[in-house]
Amino acid sequence: MRTGAVRTLLLWLLAMLAGAAVVWNSRFSADMTFFLPADPSPEQRVLVDQLKEGLVSRLLMVAVAGGDPVGRAAASRQLAARLADGPDFVSVQNGDSAGQGADRDLLVAHRYQLSPAVNSERFSSAGLRAAIGDSIDRLASPAGLAFKPLLARDPTGELYVLVAGFDGGQQPNVREGVWASRDGERTLLLLQTRALGSDTDGQEAAISRVRNEFAALAEPGLTLQVSGPGLFAVKARATIKDEITRLSLISTLGIVVLLLFAYRSPRLVVLGLLPVASGALAGIVAVSLAYGTVFGITVGFGTALIGEAVDYSIYYFLQSGRDGAAAWRARFWPTIRLGVATSVCGFGALLFSGFPGLAQLGLYGIAGLVVAAFVTRFALRQLAPEDLAIHDMEPLGRRLAGRLAALHRLRWPALALAVAATGLIAARHDAMWTGNLSVLSTVSAADADVDMALRADLAAPDSRYFVVVRGNDPDAALAAAERAGRVLDGLVTSGDIGGYDSPARFLPSAEAQAARRASLPDAATLRARLHEALADLPLRPERLEPFIADVEAARRQAPLAREALAGSGLALAVDALLLPAAQGWSVLLPLRPAGGERGVAIDPQPVRAALAAGGADGALFVDLKAEFDSLYGDYLGEALHLSLAGLAAIALLLAVTLRSARRLAAVMLPLLAAVVIVVAGLHLAGVTLHLLHLVGMLLIVAVGSNYALFFDRAAQGKGLDPATLASMLVANLTTVVGFGTLALSTVPVLNAIGVTVGPGALLAMLLAAVFVPRGTTQ
Amino acid sequence: MKRILVLAGLLLAASGASAAFDVAQLMADLARNKGGKARFVETRTIALLDKPVVATGEMTYTAPDRLEKKTLTPKAETLLLERNMLSIEREKQKLTINLGNQPEALAFVDSIRGTLAGDRAALERSYGLHLAGTPDKWTLTLLPSDTRIAALLQRIVVSGNRDRIRTIEYVQADGDRSLLTLEPIAGR
Repeated sequence: MRTGAVRTLLLWLLAMLAGAAVVWNSRFSADMTFFLPADPSPEQRVLVDQLKEGLVSRLLMVAVAGGDPVGRAAASRQLAARLADGPDFVSVQNGDSAGQGADRDLLVAHRYQLSPAVNSERFSSAGLRAAIGDSIDRLASPAGLAFKPLLARDPTGELYVLVAGFDGGQQPNVREGVWASRDGERTLLLLQTRALGSDTDGQEAAISRVRNEFAALAEPGLTLQVSGPGLFAVKARATIKDEITRLSLISTLGIVVLLLFAYRSPRLVVLGLLPVASGALAGIVAVSLAYGTVFGITVGFGTALIGEAVDYSIYYFLQSGRDGAAAWRARFWPTIRLGVATSVCGFGALLFSGFPGLAQLGLYGIAGLVVAAFVTRFALRQLAPEDLAIHDMEPLGRRLAGRLAALHRLRWPALALAVAATGLIAARHDAMWTGNLSVLSTVSAADADVDMALRADLAAPDSRYFVVVRGNDPDAALAAAERAGRVLDGLVTSGDIGGYDSPARFLPSAEAQAARRASLPDAATLRARLHEALADLPLRPERLEPFIADVEAARRQAPLAREALAGSGLALAVDALLLPAAQGWSVLLPLRPAGGERGVAIDPQPVRAALAAGGADGALFVDLKAEFDSLYGDYLGEALHLSLAGLAAIALLLAVTLRSARRLAAVMLPLLAAVVIVVAGLHLAGVTLHLLHLVGMLLIVAVGSNYALFFDRAAQGKGLDPATLASMLVANLTTVVGFGTLALSTVPVLNAIGVTVGPGALLAMLLAAVFVPRGTTQ
Repeated sequence: MKRILVLAGLLLAASGASAAFDVAQLMADLARNKGGKARFVETRTIALLDKPVVATGEMTYTAPDRLEKKTLTPKAETLLLERNMLSIEREKQKLTINLGNQPEALAFVDSIRGTLAGDRAALERSYGLHLAGTPDKWTLTLLPSDTRIAALLQRIVVSGNRDRIRTIEYVQADGDRSLLTLEPIAGR
């Protein structure tokens, strides 16, 4: 080997090693983040936080079916005990009432600091009379019966106030003392993982823990079902991993076969793949360095790019054969460089997307293609043998040139087809596109059904509506939650909402607790007031000494702090809703719809108006579903603008380089015709188009321009010799194989790009040949 | 000898009673009753209180598992039992309780619902049944068999004639009791 070659090889190897080191340390992800906005609005921020780390993303629902009810309930209890013992789960609930006693004791002990009914009015003679009278009346009802044992300590019914405030939501069915499905045939558990929703490894560990513990129960006849966002993330990652392996294998195999056919030299095939490998590595390195995290889908997209990146070495080997490398650089490199530039324009448009997945695909595409072209241009010559023993492609090229003349006759039918396709798109435009982000989700319909069923059985929070408030510290956030809560109380009364949850119910702000303590009278005063209050009630004051003692103790009670709740169900409720935010703390107040005739949706208008009027400063009403739905609309609108900008950039680049409206039109016409024909074809094939098809349309232009440019070059009298024509065919076919392989993917993002760009690239080349001026090939 | 005679007498009495009127017979009678409306007066005697708490209202039963108890005095309250869901509406508040969670309430519900429906199996899940009297004037005593329920409830005594229930008395473990007296309104 020449010293130059050795140096180049060493440099290349060094670069590859450095790249491999970056990739080795990269974080790969297959979670929802791919779809979540990079620069969210305050409302979208709530959605992003919830999906990445919120309570919702950390819920796992578990069902045990089979056997008999008693066996299932026993299995539920054993499984719950095993899962609770260990670090994986913050909470394990199965409805077993055994654990509820501790929570109740906490509520009783702190009732005078917790109850929103406690104020000085309630402890006046009249207030006491009314509250105790109510408690006695309640004894006549089963609702009050449960509170009877506490009557002497809590005659004003503060525990009742607390419990009545918490409940109201639907509760799961119970059978044999544990949660069961509506039909009673499955027991249910609700788990909260310690791992965040965005921590797919942690979610996977938690899920396999559930499966292992269940297997260890060794109960024959019982089956386990798990669902939840964590499971979806784990499955999505497995799907994408599996697809990356499968699709790259198919795509590489197809391309290697094509190259073997063209080169008839395994050595050249290996050399030809060097730029591709460099490009694929560079793509991941660039994304990793720029974004920190590489999405699995981005790596999967690399499968397609192999097909385009290999083009450069194909041109090099097939076109430089006769005249040598220097002549190739002079004759063909400008055309190839322009092709790389148009592709970069197309991918570059995606860089500006607020949809992080798209931006990554764009960066990956740019880095991959530029590096592949660079390696071809500067390194391949050094590494390739002096005597390129290329299989002679001229006979194939001459046959193709013969066909080209025949293709020329198709120009009017092709034009008519393009016009018809444009007409179809114009007529059916509204029916062709779908407006929902969930079309991009990898969750299968069967998995979604299981999830729906479990969610309905568990009455698990679908957590659609929230009011979000902020504070500089936890206590300020809780105080803000109390202010918003007073507004929400009004909305409950007016029937606009059914109810709401607040961490301030279990952990009131220090100010609220102090105000409640301060409103409690001392023992002597209370005793005197009780005498007055109980005058015409069937309860003698002497019997209420335990009450007087409790109130006296409560006046001196230390404020209830988060630490005092540790280990209880109340702590869970607080921690789920009181969260550290980017600045300070935020509190989530989940709202329940009114139900009944008011329906299961909440009208945002009255809620927003009441929050604004009620002085709940900075309180934000968020409808997560609406945010999620509008997210897709935002992405689609943005992708449309970016695609048009990308198209304009490509057209501008070509206009500046070609300096001729006629040549520009000749290059663009086949590309645009290919786009409309592919889109119309997909619609006629019954494909519902979405965002990624739109991106695919841009990529047809960006990728297809490479081939159209060679015809442009030929039309300028530079000729289209048979070898060049053959190289174009091989290069186009590798691109079609690369992108076409993505059409086999079950991941909607990849599939959409595959079915659009695969046929589009082929069609772009064919149409460029059809529209090329007569006599060009001679 | 005397003891044997007494025993024989008891046996005779028991077998004679069962031939004429037993739990199965009563349950069959009750099961025939498909529903109706009654006025009720409920008197709760609670040790802590100097005098009983009295509530009145209307009760509507629709076979087999819907029971509505509408209290009019002293405080309006509607209690609706449908299958295992108990909802209580009171002071603008609506509370829905899943009875599976509340053994106390479930005992209450099982006794009244099982008796109304003549569902012997449901009653025997939680209680031992003891019947006395004749079809025209019977008394059914329910003694809790589940220890959790027995910790709260001593016994339930239901009395009636034919397929009509006249009174239900709950005696709680702490001695507090409540007596529910029913007076059919119409259509029975």
